[in-house]
Amino acid sequence: MKLHRAAAAAICLALAVPAGAKTLRYASQNDPQTLDPHAANLLAASRLTSQVYDTLVWRDANWKPVPWLAVSWSQPLSSTWRFKLRQGVKFHDGTPFTADDVVFSVNRALSPTSQMRTAIQGVESARKVDDYTVDLVMKEANPALLQHLTQFRIMSRAWAVKNKAERPQDYKNKEDTFAARNANGTGPYKVKEFAPDVRVVLEQNKEWWGHKANLFEGNIDEVVMLPIASAATRIAALISGEVDMVIDPPTQDVTRLKSNAQLKVIEGAEMRVQYLAFDLQRDELLYGGEKKKNPFKDLRVRQAVAHAVDAEAIQRVVMRGLSKPTGSIITDLVVGYDAAADKRLPHDKERAKKLLAEAGYPNGFDVTLDCGNNQPAADICQAAAAMLSQAGIRVKPNIVVQTNFFPKLEKHDSSFYLLSWGGGVTSDALYTMNALLHSQNPKGDGDFNMGRWTSPEMDRLIERMKIEPDPARRNAVISDALMLANKELPLVPIHQSLIPWAMRKNVSSWFTPVNTVYFYKTRID
Amino acid sequence: MLAFIIRRLVQGILVMLVVGFIAFSLFNFVGDPVSLMLPPEATQADREQMRGVLGLDKPFYVQFATFIGNAVQGNFGISLRLGRPVSTLLVERLPATLELAIAAALIGLFVGIPVGVYTALNRNSWISQAMLTTSLVGVSLPNFLIGIFLILTFAVWLGWLPSFGRGDTVKIGAWSTGLLTTSGLKALILPSITLGFFPVTLIMRLVRSEMMEVLRTDYIKFARARGLTTRAINFGHALKNTLVPVITITGLQLGGIIAFAIITETVFQWPGMGLLFIQAVQFADIPVMAAYLCLIGFIFVVINLVVDILYYVVDPRLRIDRATAGH
Repeated sequence: MKLHRAAAAAICLALAVPAGAKTLRYASQNDPQTLDPHAANLLAASRLTSQVYDTLVWRDANWKPVPWLAVSWSQPLSSTWRFKLRQGVKFHDGTPFTADDVVFSVNRALSPTSQMRTAIQGVESARKVDDYTVDLVMKEANPALLQHLTQFRIMSRAWAVKNKAERPQDYKNKEDTFAARNANGTGPYKVKEFAPDVRVVLEQNKEWWGHKANLFEGNIDEVVMLPIASAATRIAALISGEVDMVIDPPTQDVTRLKSNAQLKVIEGAEMRVQYLAFDLQRDELLYGGEKKKNPFKDLRVRQAVAHAVDAEAIQRVVMRGLSKPTGSIITDLVVGYDAAADKRLPHDKERAKKLLAEAGYPNGFDVTLDCGNNQPAADICQAAAAMLSQAGIRVKPNIVVQTNFFPKLEKHDSSFYLLSWGGGVTSDALYTMNALLHSQNPKGDGDFNMGRWTSPEMDRLIERMKIEPDPARRNAVISDALMLANKELPLVPIHQSLIPWAMRKNVSSWFTPVNTVYFYKTRID
Repeated sequence: MLAFIIRRLVQGILVMLVVGFIAFSLFNFVGDPVSLMLPPEATQADREQMRGVLGLDKPFYVQFATFIGNAVQGNFGISLRLGRPVSTLLVERLPATLELAIAAALIGLFVGIPVGVYTALNRNSWISQAMLTTSLVGVSLPNFLIGIFLILTFAVWLGWLPSFGRGDTVKIGAWSTGLLTTSGLKALILPSITLGFFPVTLIMRLVRSEMMEVLRTDYIKFARARGLTTRAINFGHALKNTLVPVITITGLQLGGIIAFAIITETVFQWPGMGLLFIQAVQFADIPVMAAYLCLIGFIFVVINLVVDILYYVVDPRLRIDRATAGH
């Protein structure tokens, strides 16, 4: 065995690039799929593109927006935002970054095949003022524009035109877009190799503008991003030393990984909240036992559900500690969070039974709870079903394949469902509340309010959030809306998930609530 | 002979059409890729529009007809998950799967045949009994469990072999091979043993029973009576007559190995067609699933055809029958 080790060491030495070069081998379940920063709004893809492409605005260690490719901004007219751009920035191919690239990227992200229109929500067009000044013209106000812009990545116009990649992936044309397999950003890392489902190799961009601005806090020269779909294999590779970091270890392995002397696990809160929601539209539930009745329309029944679900027990048993029970649909890192509105109804089985009796269901009722088959949702679903049944609501869990689950909800084909919502994309309350609590309309408001709750009062508050420019007054509106949601309980939040990242002892990184590792802040010591 | 091949080819095309038809009727149940392709904030209108673009709003037989129409022209569509032409993806993944499958088949032959012969000749030795028991375990244990057990032993405890991936590959034309690099060869060991476990047990049991059968025949008894050496009888006469069905079965197994590589590829993150297929299922990536199933159908058809032709070549009786029947 010693001989093998020696041989392996010799091979490693022979292959090693310049002395002291540091390589981080990073593994996760999902493959990034595409390099196009405007094609897919998927976490696995943005985990890669955010290393390669820069945004106008980015975030500091406290998750507050800070100047990035834009050095400053102002709002000369209520319908216009003006951005001063950083000078002396170069794309990976050497072309300089100017206002033309911003205008081009805005148009590209606005095009019909783009999936990143939310990143510039409310923007109608972009106008070049001079080489380093750009105006974004708004068609409707967006007080959270800076938060949104942290997801809007800038591509080089010259490069895209040269390679005929002016539009993001178009499924109509049945062909490859150049930008899906090649990248040219201004970011801290360059793509060296892109082999879908095998590996992505990034190398440090020594010319990155952030080096001069002292923003590069890491020391990684090369990153190998490995997709390993099987959880057991991923963990085996970490323990055997073939990878340095696994960002999605299965919950049940976390304790064992923590006890390994070579490894450490860091845990942080994600902006994702698990919640239960009800059909609040129909007069008779599609999947309920009561004829001509929808018990959930009675507030007391919804309160009974909230009292019956023991979020602490779910935290302890299902999540093995990796959750934080919450009563708020937005988490504390989201703009507009109000601790006063983060109150859960306490777990109280007797109170739940009493409320049900008061509502006219002394013997409870039957209903089906729909959940996706991803973890931990499926386990939470079963635990919640058991807890509700103890209080008298006889819940039959119905676990549906993920690809069928969303279409089912979209068709409003559910009486009671468990869903999670990540507010991380914009980190602003409006994003979450507009999707989950606004009444549904053809404009796309309330798109995830699949129980079709309607409250004119809530709609009014959300519309105020969309236009109120003054942050303090806007936060007060958000608080009112959160309080209203707590009072009316159109959905019952259960917990916020905590995310474990497992890594070798000598690796350190910046934990972000969007569950993304930023390599420019990652070190091997 | 030519008429025979043409007839089999026509049958093969029918088989593939049926495979494709059944597959498409099942795709209605794998779900809606649009929910994974679009961001959560996409509006209903966006979703409907995307479904229209992809043709998912049409009934499955229309989707099937479109698929066949395009497939005949060599166009298998574009992967919804990776946004690249399906034919390119399959061509990229084919070498990995074939190298793994052939390695597994070779392990099956070169371990299965000697062990089968040994257990047939030394029926009562404890080594034979132990091997038979092990083979029983091999037949009944699921593939992924064997894979995880090998990973635990050789990657985690001993640290000799990699637990995932294909190592470094070398491109020879369009073919990427892992057979020319040390890391590629090391990465091949565990997956090919995992995938080869079942063929080993199958071939060994087949060789054993065939060999025992042959050893009971008159010409072996006659050979013994003539005073030939045991060695000459066992290997010169008995084994030779045992191998015909073994070669047939191995040929047919190869198709099965390629198809069952799905699980082994998933456990070892082996970048072959099986892994592509599994991920396509999770994403409801219909173009990839359809093309993969048709390709596997095609491989089975071709292997069957080759085996039939081999029969024709090997067994003179078939030829004579055909000739007489023809006149």
